[in-house]
Amino acid sequence: MENILNGKPKREIKKGEIRKHIISILVNNEFGVLARISTLIAGKGYNIESLSVGDTSEANLSRITIEVKGDDVVIDQMIKQLRRLIDTVKVRDLTDTPRVERELMLIKLHAPTHRERDDILRISQIFRGKVVDMAQDSMIIELTGDSEKIKAFLNLVKPFGIKELATTGKITLRRDSVLEEEQS
Amino acid sequence: MAMRKGADVVIETLLKEGVDTVFGIPGGANMEIYDALYRINKLKHILARHEQGAGHMAEGYAKASGKVGVALATSGPGATNLITAIADAYMDSVPVVFLTGQVPTFLIGNDAFQEVDIVGMTRPVTKHNFLVKRVEDLPLMIRQAFYIAKTGRPGPVLVDIPKDITQTMTDVEIPSDEDVISSLPGYKPHIEGNPQQIKKAAQLILETKRPVLYIGGGAVSAEAISEITELAELMKIPVATTNMGKGAFDERHPLSLRMLGMHGTYYANMAVYNCDLLIAVGSRFDDRVTGKVDEFAPFAKIIHIDIDPASISKNITVDVPIVGDIRSVLVRLLEEIRNKNSKVVYEEDRKAWLEQIDAWKKAYPLSYKPSDKVIKPQFLIEKIYEVTNGEAIIATGVGQHQMWSAMFYKYSFPRQFINSGGLGTMGFGLPAGIGAKVARPDRDVFIIDGDGSFLMTMQEMVTAAHFGIPIKVIILNNAYYGMVRQWQELFYNKRYSEVDLSFQPDFVKLAESCGAVGFRTDNPKELPDILLKAKNINDKPVLIDVIVDREENCLPMVPAGKSYKDMLISDGKNVEAETMYLVG
Repeated sequence: MENILNGKPKREIKKGEIRKHIISILVNNEFGVLARISTLIAGKGYNIESLSVGDTSEANLSRITIEVKGDDVVIDQMIKQLRRLIDTVKVRDLTDTPRVERELMLIKLHAPTHRERDDILRISQIFRGKVVDMAQDSMIIELTGDSEKIKAFLNLVKPFGIKELATTGKITLRRDSVLEEEQS
Repeated sequence: MAMRKGADVVIETLLKEGVDTVFGIPGGANMEIYDALYRINKLKHILARHEQGAGHMAEGYAKASGKVGVALATSGPGATNLITAIADAYMDSVPVVFLTGQVPTFLIGNDAFQEVDIVGMTRPVTKHNFLVKRVEDLPLMIRQAFYIAKTGRPGPVLVDIPKDITQTMTDVEIPSDEDVISSLPGYKPHIEGNPQQIKKAAQLILETKRPVLYIGGGAVSAEAISEITELAELMKIPVATTNMGKGAFDERHPLSLRMLGMHGTYYANMAVYNCDLLIAVGSRFDDRVTGKVDEFAPFAKIIHIDIDPASISKNITVDVPIVGDIRSVLVRLLEEIRNKNSKVVYEEDRKAWLEQIDAWKKAYPLSYKPSDKVIKPQFLIEKIYEVTNGEAIIATGVGQHQMWSAMFYKYSFPRQFINSGGLGTMGFGLPAGIGAKVARPDRDVFIIDGDGSFLMTMQEMVTAAHFGIPIKVIILNNAYYGMVRQWQELFYNKRYSEVDLSFQPDFVKLAESCGAVGFRTDNPKELPDILLKAKNINDKPVLIDVIVDREENCLPMVPAGKSYKDMLISDGKNVEAETMYLVG
């Protein structure tokens, strides 16, 4: 056989884009499950940006929704390893899937005068927020929505002065409606 | 079911799993289990002298037999001493169940005496682990542990059992197989390969001109030995094995390329470098195999068959991934090939490829400069091969001696070469060899160890002598941490930093003080006789301290992070790979 190759042959190494991923995990409702999942993610050197854990329609299962930023290839590998855990029943990367996504925010705003309270109330109505507490110089608004909506609301109310703020992690479900259309 | 203690349930469950031998050490938190072991008196127990030793013995037992190994330890330090063995079993996919004692449930989290969170500590190095919180869960969790350990990609599982659980009276039944399986909804270890992918793979195999099979430890776990041989012989495909895959294909077979990778043969690495189709079976493209990944098998399409989806396209993107049980995938692949292959169309192409491989085999066989004055380490391994007829089980520690044992002993049956591949645990050899001998009393077990490696777990010589386990320990004594010294010579301009072990015990006296027989030699002429003498001692362990050429290097070698093209050959020189990529 003859040597007809010049130059260096190379195997292509797949590199992914770095972006946010939303991963939905159905797990057995047992102690230590969250620790297993976070240990695995931390082992990749990745930071969990948001996290929510909650009940599902089945008593022995919980749903964990995780938002994590990372390389597509590494995340793909991580998902395979998450599936390998004994206590995970279903693991899905919903990043590129049509989905419904919500988070809940409670925000306490500085509102000492009548005028500010009115303004906040009006903005909240537009965003379908709810006033859940009102005190002498502050009020608490409850708002649900996707992260865009929450960000937009925050931008508008920031000038009033944010006293305290809490958000839940994201919760998501895959949207079947679009998928069914695509399939037909 | 009659009322009995939780500890009795532990032993009953082990018996139900078919366990005959356990390795371990008693302590405060697992005394009830040891009491039940004593009272029920149906299990053989090998009392190790350190929990790490017990863990490696259980691994050696599992690796040699294919059964699940069992190790017992107490809480706290007993449990932490197991961790190296647990991590080792995790890296090499060895089915072992580790049972640790824990402080009573009401003291957990209180910094109690001998308390550690062993479940938390071993989470990243176990396939799964359990903390038993109710005695009713005890038999189910132990049975789940066995099921998880031995199915799918095997691995270690730890069950942490608080002392009060072992003391509680219970009438709990031992659950049935069906109960165990249905209790694990998230665990589905049985995977059939995708038929479309298998068809694709068959097509590639029928079209290839220069194929290589790259076989790893998964093929041994899946017991796919005859299918691999059949595929190789049917399609005339040369076979390279990894360290863990040794014995999955007879190394004396003309199609064998022996081991590939960092300390692989020249011809295996050249064949992989130049092949146009690489068929990876139960292997995981470890960095010690691939070297620099973008120059690994750069001309090849890759088929990867593995039980673990997480191993596919982890380090290298493959063209045809097939996730599934290796044996059943190979059976279907062979059927597919036979159906399509109406006439042998590949023989001409293959002839050229096999001739090329023969030329590589002749150009750079495994070799060394012989000597009649000093014992060359390679000569020692060859002599062990001769005196054992190639039939012994070989267990090793980690270092130069391990790689020489991989190169100069030819392995012909699965589970014959027992060593720490993934974690690279020095001190693995002696306890693992003891475990192997317990599992396979019908075979000679030779433990080839380095002087440095041996010292890390040498207390287990006492265990071997205590139980009359007739292992043969061959210390390849170069009075160095030899592999580190070799790297310092090659890559650190001979700055030998803290590798000199010439201050060392008298290994012969050490063996004798442990109750074993000791020999020493530095004479190549008397070596075969001493080996034969050792082989024939069958009532106690033997140790031979073999003084070898001190600064012999382990070659060939692909330096870490380099490509196969940068291989250092036996005379130390760098050989440019022959590339012979043929277009079309």
